[in-house]
Amino acid sequence: MNVLAAIGRMTLGFFQETGRLSLFTGSSVSSVARPPVYWWLIAQQMMRIGYYSLPVVGLTAFFTGGVLALQIYNGASRYGAESFVPVVVLVGITRELGPVIAGLMVAGRVAAAIAAEIGTMRVTEQIDALTTLSTSPIKYLVVPRLVAAVISMPILVAIADSIGVLGGYIASTQSLGFNGAVYMNNTMNGLTYDDVSSGLIKAAVFGFVIALMGCYNGFHSKGGAQGVGSATTNAVVSASILILAANYLLTNLLFTK
Amino acid sequence: MMGANSTPKVELRGVKKRFGDKVVLDGLDLTLQPGHSLVVIGGSGTGKSVMIKCVLGILTPDEGEIFVDGQEVTRLRGRARDLVLKKFAMLFQGAALFDSLPVWENVAFGLIQGHGVPRSKARDIAIEKLAKVGLGTDVAMLSPAELSGGMQKRVGLARAIAADPEIIFFDEPTTGLDPIMADVINDLIISTVKDLGVTTLSITHDMVSARKISDQIAMLYKGKIVWDGPTPEIDHTENAFVDQFIHGRAEGPITMEIRA
Repeated sequence: MNVLAAIGRMTLGFFQETGRLSLFTGSSVSSVARPPVYWWLIAQQMMRIGYYSLPVVGLTAFFTGGVLALQIYNGASRYGAESFVPVVVLVGITRELGPVIAGLMVAGRVAAAIAAEIGTMRVTEQIDALTTLSTSPIKYLVVPRLVAAVISMPILVAIADSIGVLGGYIASTQSLGFNGAVYMNNTMNGLTYDDVSSGLIKAAVFGFVIALMGCYNGFHSKGGAQGVGSATTNAVVSASILILAANYLLTNLLFTK
Repeated sequence: MMGANSTPKVELRGVKKRFGDKVVLDGLDLTLQPGHSLVVIGGSGTGKSVMIKCVLGILTPDEGEIFVDGQEVTRLRGRARDLVLKKFAMLFQGAALFDSLPVWENVAFGLIQGHGVPRSKARDIAIEKLAKVGLGTDVAMLSPAELSGGMQKRVGLARAIAADPEIIFFDEPTTGLDPIMADVINDLIISTVKDLGVTTLSITHDMVSARKISDQIAMLYKGKIVWDGPTPEIDHTENAFVDQFIHGRAEGPITMEIRA
């Protein structure tokens, strides 16, 4: 009987959480267009979410592009298809690795920071204080972060794409003996609008997921330092998993016709 | 009761609230008359904070009604709720200052965000309100993290009175302060309240503070009001709950629930 009770509790807990998340998402999204719009807070958050993530996202993109070139060369050379390296690096970076890696890195940096900040505000009653000062916590805290993340992520990924391709270029010309001009030419010829745009659409969705998970977990954290700690962990873990799941769904949606 | 013919500022009728299996408010009735200072006393975990959060709409009661100036507000949302909230201000237990903003912006927050006062004007008002709680202009530019607990409480008080509210809630205004600072805060509460003529509702378990700042006291136990009356009467009541509480005795009708 205990096993059944545990299953029942888990099921109820799951639906409760799903319902709460849906309501939170609904009220956050419906608040986006409603005044007042805190432009200054959006700008501030874009700085924190986008600009300060540039170094870490740039570095990971650079090395990922390099490794991608080395491994593809390894595989392609078995069939004498080395000339495909530039275009495969390009497709790999723009369609998948750029958005996914940027998404995961930003999830680690930003979802954690948002959850910790909002969680601390929750346990120190600052969120209740906002309400008593006639300010909606959703509009003041959640909306600027959501909007900033959705705008910042595509920009961040566009930069990550360029740096990733550059990483591939450097690895190919320095370690694999490619001619730089030929590599660049192949890359530019292989470049299509769909590759890049699909990656940027993914980036915007990932940005939404990251900010939402950070805000949601922070908002519902309870009980002091430990509660904020677990909210932070949950934010990063759930954001990362949702990014990977959303990536699969989006790839299915965007590329299988 | 005094002034029973006037419309109560805040009235709670049969308010019930539970979290899971735990009943926190169990049919709470409470009336707050205009211009009065009511203190609700009661042990930790008797539902004092939940009561206040229900009035502010941060929590929604499961049953019962809440009236503000005769208007039913129990389940108000959105703009209608905002209008009601403009009448209220609250001093939180831990002051709940926004640590991302300097002191003056904390005080001016409600003016700028809620009332649309221009920043420069709001800043002047903030500095004036800070002076009222005995803080100088030099404090205005500091971050809340640089202040002591007592100073944070003062800033919290300045923020509460900044937008000239009609009703102020004080959540444990003296908890965590040394006796002298506690008395300073008590005096500030009395002087600011008298100045503004506002109605106040405080929750505390500090009897010294309760006697000093109130003209009415109500005692909350297990989600219900078990006694209420004018402050001087609290020492003459036969009520066993009140007697045990104000004398701080472990034996009596109030049993501490060791397990929450």
